[in-house]
Amino acid sequence: MSNKTKTEGNIITALIRKQIFIPIAALLILSIFNLIVDPSFFKITLGHNSDGNPVLTGNLISIIDSGSELAILAIGMTLVTAASRGQDISVGATIAIAGSVILRVLCGTNSRPEELQAPIIVAFLVCCLVAMACGAFNGILVSVFKIQPMVATLILFTAGRSIAAWINNNELPVVKDKTFSIFGNYIPGIPIPTPFFIALACFVIIALVMKFTTLKLYVQSVGLNEQTSRLNGLNPAFIKFITYVILGLCVAVAGLIKVSRFSSINYSVVAKDIEMDAILAVAIGGNSLGGGKFKISASILGAYVIQFLTTTLYKFDVNSEALPAYKAVVVIALVVLSAPIVREKITALFKKFKSPEKAESKS
Amino acid sequence: MSQKYLTADKSRRSLLGNLSDTNLLMSITIVVFIAMYLFAILVLGSGFLKPQAFFNILNANAALIILSCGMTLVMITGGIDISLGGMAALVSMSAAVYLDMHSGSVIGAILISLGIGLAFGLVQGYLVAYLDIQPFIVTLAGMFFARGMTTIVNTNPFNVQNEAFVKLKDTRITVPFLGSYNKRGEYIDAYIEIGVIVALIVVAALFVFLKWTKAGRNFYAVGGNKQSALLLGINVKRTTFLAYLMCGILGGIGGFVYFMHVGSGSATHASGAEMNAIASSIIGGTMLTGGVGNIVGTFFGVLSLALIQNIVSSMGLDQAWWTGITNASMLCIFLIVQSVIIARRKKANLSSSRAAEAKGDHK
Repeated sequence: MSNKTKTEGNIITALIRKQIFIPIAALLILSIFNLIVDPSFFKITLGHNSDGNPVLTGNLISIIDSGSELAILAIGMTLVTAASRGQDISVGATIAIAGSVILRVLCGTNSRPEELQAPIIVAFLVCCLVAMACGAFNGILVSVFKIQPMVATLILFTAGRSIAAWINNNELPVVKDKTFSIFGNYIPGIPIPTPFFIALACFVIIALVMKFTTLKLYVQSVGLNEQTSRLNGLNPAFIKFITYVILGLCVAVAGLIKVSRFSSINYSVVAKDIEMDAILAVAIGGNSLGGGKFKISASILGAYVIQFLTTTLYKFDVNSEALPAYKAVVVIALVVLSAPIVREKITALFKKFKSPEKAESKS
Repeated sequence: MSQKYLTADKSRRSLLGNLSDTNLLMSITIVVFIAMYLFAILVLGSGFLKPQAFFNILNANAALIILSCGMTLVMITGGIDISLGGMAALVSMSAAVYLDMHSGSVIGAILISLGIGLAFGLVQGYLVAYLDIQPFIVTLAGMFFARGMTTIVNTNPFNVQNEAFVKLKDTRITVPFLGSYNKRGEYIDAYIEIGVIVALIVVAALFVFLKWTKAGRNFYAVGGNKQSALLLGINVKRTTFLAYLMCGILGGIGGFVYFMHVGSGSATHASGAEMNAIASSIIGGTMLTGGVGNIVGTFFGVLSLALIQNIVSSMGLDQAWWTGITNASMLCIFLIVQSVIIARRKKANLSSSRAAEAKGDHK
């Protein structure tokens, strides 16, 4: 009898110890909450958009739609967090730069051209280069000059939106070409939003990279102990640098989606506060914000959990500018719960509860 | 051979070594500030020669000086607080709502400001010092919380009409003998606002606190090396807590001074102030790694940043984005200078200790 309860307890603790448990639990709590308050939250309907294409609509669809940029960013942010023990807070500003570059290449000097001035793929490649350069800038500050990641990225965090406005002379270019809006909306004939497929593709690519290269091992070892990995022949500075460049690439893809959604850009609003969400995604995914071991799939799930939370809050008529206050409370709760000191205290508390029971069963 | 090497090393150290890290960085800042001011007078005309030009910089930046002092305190202990800008916005909005919609008294508004600052300081200090959570995450959440709360308190920006407050806001203290003659030959008194007096008092008080009190010296010890501070018998946790508490209170004071300067409440107030505060502290010779810093340097750091903005705008580059870009590039330059200085000092220390070792071997 006591043996059986013991194994059951072990299964539960093993489940709780699994990293992916945290995002799944958060997702479950949110779903149950929504199910109780308003079951129609989960309704999905098939309709037609203004172009006559079949589209699915509903809260769940909007979650996987607008959570995609976040999921893509979460990939890069996880790597950066793991390797450099800090987060990049310039992602929102860099998305503004990336989006601005795409529009600049597509529209040329005229801000409202009738047709595209350059192929979309060229614009995207230029944007990738610029975003990777931004990532490299952050990476050099962090790896070579050994500045704390969050302070180093503070530079682009401030200057980014200004640079984005400067790239387009503070004009707001509009792309009229319909094919450009595919990336942020729907592929004609497919009812599921395109950003979801892009996020899926990014996930597959990063999963393959993790599987077939030593990147994961190197990033983890640098995050766990820089000195030992250097003594083992790794180059910690270079690995940190690489993670920032990868994050730059993720930012470029997210920027493409963001700009494509409206075929235009608003420098001060685009991807606002997304850095907070990206860091939150990494934290909800159960990854340590202090570097070391990581799991990208958990971060991606975490990103969708956050979008779930955002959509839920919107449903309760929360002002979009007041959203950060609620999210900040969630972050603090999460961080407090995952703090080692608090964890120790909780386990000590559990033991206190358990020990009298054990004493009783023994007698 | 080693003897020669040693003496050469000694002479080099006496050139640079007599100045401590913070004094070296601070003197660089003061020299840069004076050089920039001379440049402004020579190139941009006599407008900068009037004392009022200097007082205007002080008037516009009194709040930033106070916020930066708080930031410097935290940075000396090795932490960071990026919730200061949000705190200032929340303070000014709450005070504005209290004064106008509840027709409160000015004293009450001041108490509310201090209360908000105290609450932020208590919570953030507890989380950072006693639960050992990364300060950046805690204060990032604090910043988003403050910004969100500001919109929850009141969504729309508005000017305060409260009579007592407007009287206080428009109080100007004339500075004797430093006035100037306008184009019609009339004598105009030079003036400063009340906020500047508050800021100067804060600077003086903190200078004394850091230089000559035990608690102030503990800040440096904790920031320099937590382990050795602990071995010296310093209560590291309480010292860190005190730093965040003081920073929070200074955030409240700075917020109210900001409010006195602008006389309105808005969710976008003081946006980027935390960034400017960090930049000013760094420019003034406070090291991000902790243990090194100076309030007087911070004071000049704020003035340097403000002067650069003045110069940029009087050179005709008054588009909004230039402010962001110049601020960020200035921060970037000083960060790199700091990092290079640290690296060179480490090298010098290492080589001198090696030389000493070599000398010991010869014996």
